[in-house]
Amino acid sequence: MSDNDLYIEGAPIRDEKAPEGPINERWDKRRFSAKLVNPANRRKLSVIVVGTGLAGASAAATLGEAGYNVTSFCYQDSPRRAHSIAAQGGINAAKNYRNDGDSIHRLFYDTVKGGDFRSRESNVYRLAQTSVEIIDQCVAQGVPFAREYGGLLDNRSFGGVQVSRTFYARGQTGQQLLIGAYQALERQVAAGSVTMNTRHEMLEVIVVDGKARGIIARDMVTGEIETHFADAVVLATGGYGNVFFLSTNAMGCNVTAAWRAHRKGALFANPCYTQIHPTCIPVSGEYQSKLTLMSESLRNDGRIWVPKKTGDDRDPRQIPEEERDYYLERIYPSFGNLVPRDIASRAAKNVCDEGRGVGPGGLGVYLDFADAITRMGRAAVEAKYGNLFDMYQRITGENPYEVPMRIYPAVHYTMGGLWVDYDLQSTIPGLFVTGEANFSDHGANRLGASALMQGLADGYFVLPNTINDYLAAGPFESIDESHPDAVAAKEQVTSRIEKLLSVNGSRTVDSFHKELGHIMWDYCGMERNEEGLTKAIERIRELRAEFWRDVKVLGTNDELNQALEKAGRVADFLELGELMCVDALHRRESCGGHFRSESQTEDGEALRHDDEFAYVAAWEFGGENEKPVLHKEALEYEYVEMKQRSYK
Amino acid sequence: MNITLRVWRQKGPGDEGRMVNYELSDVSPDMSFLEMLDVLNEKLTLQDEDPIAFDHDCREGICGACGVVIDGEAHGPEVTTTCQLHMRSFEDGDTITVEPWRAKAFPVVKDLVVDRGAFDRIIQAGGYISAPTGTAPDAHATPVPKADADRAFDAATCIGCGACVAACPNASGMLFTAAKVTHLGMLPQGQPERATRVVKMVNQHDEEDFGGCTNIGECAAVCPKGIPLDTISQLNRDLLGSLSKGVG
Repeated sequence: MSDNDLYIEGAPIRDEKAPEGPINERWDKRRFSAKLVNPANRRKLSVIVVGTGLAGASAAATLGEAGYNVTSFCYQDSPRRAHSIAAQGGINAAKNYRNDGDSIHRLFYDTVKGGDFRSRESNVYRLAQTSVEIIDQCVAQGVPFAREYGGLLDNRSFGGVQVSRTFYARGQTGQQLLIGAYQALERQVAAGSVTMNTRHEMLEVIVVDGKARGIIARDMVTGEIETHFADAVVLATGGYGNVFFLSTNAMGCNVTAAWRAHRKGALFANPCYTQIHPTCIPVSGEYQSKLTLMSESLRNDGRIWVPKKTGDDRDPRQIPEEERDYYLERIYPSFGNLVPRDIASRAAKNVCDEGRGVGPGGLGVYLDFADAITRMGRAAVEAKYGNLFDMYQRITGENPYEVPMRIYPAVHYTMGGLWVDYDLQSTIPGLFVTGEANFSDHGANRLGASALMQGLADGYFVLPNTINDYLAAGPFESIDESHPDAVAAKEQVTSRIEKLLSVNGSRTVDSFHKELGHIMWDYCGMERNEEGLTKAIERIRELRAEFWRDVKVLGTNDELNQALEKAGRVADFLELGELMCVDALHRRESCGGHFRSESQTEDGEALRHDDEFAYVAAWEFGGENEKPVLHKEALEYEYVEMKQRSYK
Repeated sequence: MNITLRVWRQKGPGDEGRMVNYELSDVSPDMSFLEMLDVLNEKLTLQDEDPIAFDHDCREGICGACGVVIDGEAHGPEVTTTCQLHMRSFEDGDTITVEPWRAKAFPVVKDLVVDRGAFDRIIQAGGYISAPTGTAPDAHATPVPKADADRAFDAATCIGCGACVAACPNASGMLFTAAKVTHLGMLPQGQPERATRVVKMVNQHDEEDFGGCTNIGECAAVCPKGIPLDTISQLNRDLLGSLSKGVG
């Protein structure tokens, strides 16, 4: 397949909102130039926020506090269950409490470099600036961060950096931050400024006169298809890692809200940028439903190794020191076990490909704490990582205090997402996108402890200072359910549901999802190439056709129907998967988490082609079974010199 | 492994439920309990039988979405969440009974799914610190003694799964409420609202039709996060202090 068969190239696109001038003044300038809405007028303006993870709950709470009328939606039975809750390791902030040379500029630099020069400088700088306020805000809310005996906050270090700037709450940082945002949200629910809709799934966006004016949502208990209007819509609906079936995402995580918006005109940026996390518990069988992450923080004290010999199946404790290959420490002496995630994952894949992997099927490497236990004592290791060790033992039945853990990479995070400008507004006016659902800050690879930072930066501090610029022109014309665009959106939803329920074929939804997952993992996973991606696109098209011909969804719409919910999500994954492969195929370079085997340095590192690919690939939906349209946003680096990443 | 399951099936909130038996063969001991239910649901679907509805999401033991009563115990034989329970905790040939949480405050929605909205409303009543975005002083402005921070953390690990309610003979939600009261009450930031918080949360708890606490301790025994029973003593102490001062 040539590129011309796959997509059409459209006009370039650019972010019009980031101000010019010194990078450290841009956010101030933007906040000053953004139009304001006076407090009395905010009551007349309404905002829909979809999703209640860090980026959604924080946005809904903050907009509610500001006085807007907010309606919030989540598919779970409570907003507190959003998957941000599962983040373990920590949250970065340029506080420099360790006095170890950290600064806003260094956090900015590390993030741009970690993202392999495929993110926007302005956005990343703002993220680093905001990071400092996030920690203050969370402490004020009662988030119980780890503290030292003097009562001050503790820090640790994470992959891809040489300072200690990560704040944490044992291995449950995401949980504690999310509960903080959830409590702030519930406070606004009690105050009447936020209306909460749990067990509701957004299935369509309503666009009127080119503006996002509401959503169609399904009440997942009664099946009622509801129409909700607002002056602006915020999508904080997370990432799309579940396109791989097996990932560290929660079972319900899906791309539907973002994908429906994409089909209505929002551009989807860099869909192929997927983060494969190096430290997950390996797959144990075909029945497996999800993968469990072991926090990257374990790499602070654990040492990663495989046997030097291929096929060495001795008990790891019987393998003498000189017959072990601590391959990360060997290849990357200055960062050692703390290289960025993409590098650690690929290195694990390489040693397994060489036949030196351990455990069932040879798909695993050791993460060994024997040295740490000798150095710090078992009690100290337990205090630091106890809950993670317990979790490992519960899942595998093995005791990691005695036998090294076995780990293997797994899909964890998606850097791609809906394209947004500096204001976090998508290409549909009035449709804003925050957190993992947008594409803006992590480039081609996200550093550890930066997802929590971005989610909260977007929700607490960025969106509440940019959305006003749009809302200042409102309230917009009042519309009701009889408006033709609302009727059409609802009709799209109901006809799709009817179609899913009426196929009555012979294969379950999960069987399609698993097959799609295998295709994506094999051809659009840690290593990609032209031949594989071409094959994947063909197979996804066939699978999609088969899905609509042969899927089996029992029951009706008018009840809690989990198979129906899943069917709608998998149908959208079957479209997204193809776009991911097209994006991966067109990007004939390696960068960050996107590794093309045709583009590597002599020693096997990712080789970028900045002259051709220093751009954001923003894809426009071209129509049903039509070619997507590629819009390029050129990336310029004024403050960080573009160079080959080196962690050696 | 071969397993017989006895599962509570209930079409909707107003319908009558009943136990239904299912046979499952080829169960791997390494499967999680929910993966075993996935396998059963795949089988049921292919036989044109309605799959069993159950809540679940992260499957890492942290979101609190899952939770069923297994052989009479909330979350089953191990002290963990249902998603972290593995089939190696059972024997070949076992008959396993699976039911939803049973409590007046948690009405059944369908099969094993219940409505735990009452927990959100208890938090709405006062389970927060009023700190609007942007108002915070520097994070190091107020040091917190490590012992207090650790105690707050231990209480803050509650995942809101509802096992405490399901295990309590009174169907009380006091451990859940006490965990939040203790978490926020141990921190300096939580002091200004401490006296009113406990009264408002306990009032809401009672309005939601949870039973009263009689210090039986079943709640703490099944809690997958090990929320200590003494959080309830802390709650009672705070409550008594507030009431004696005429708060609420």
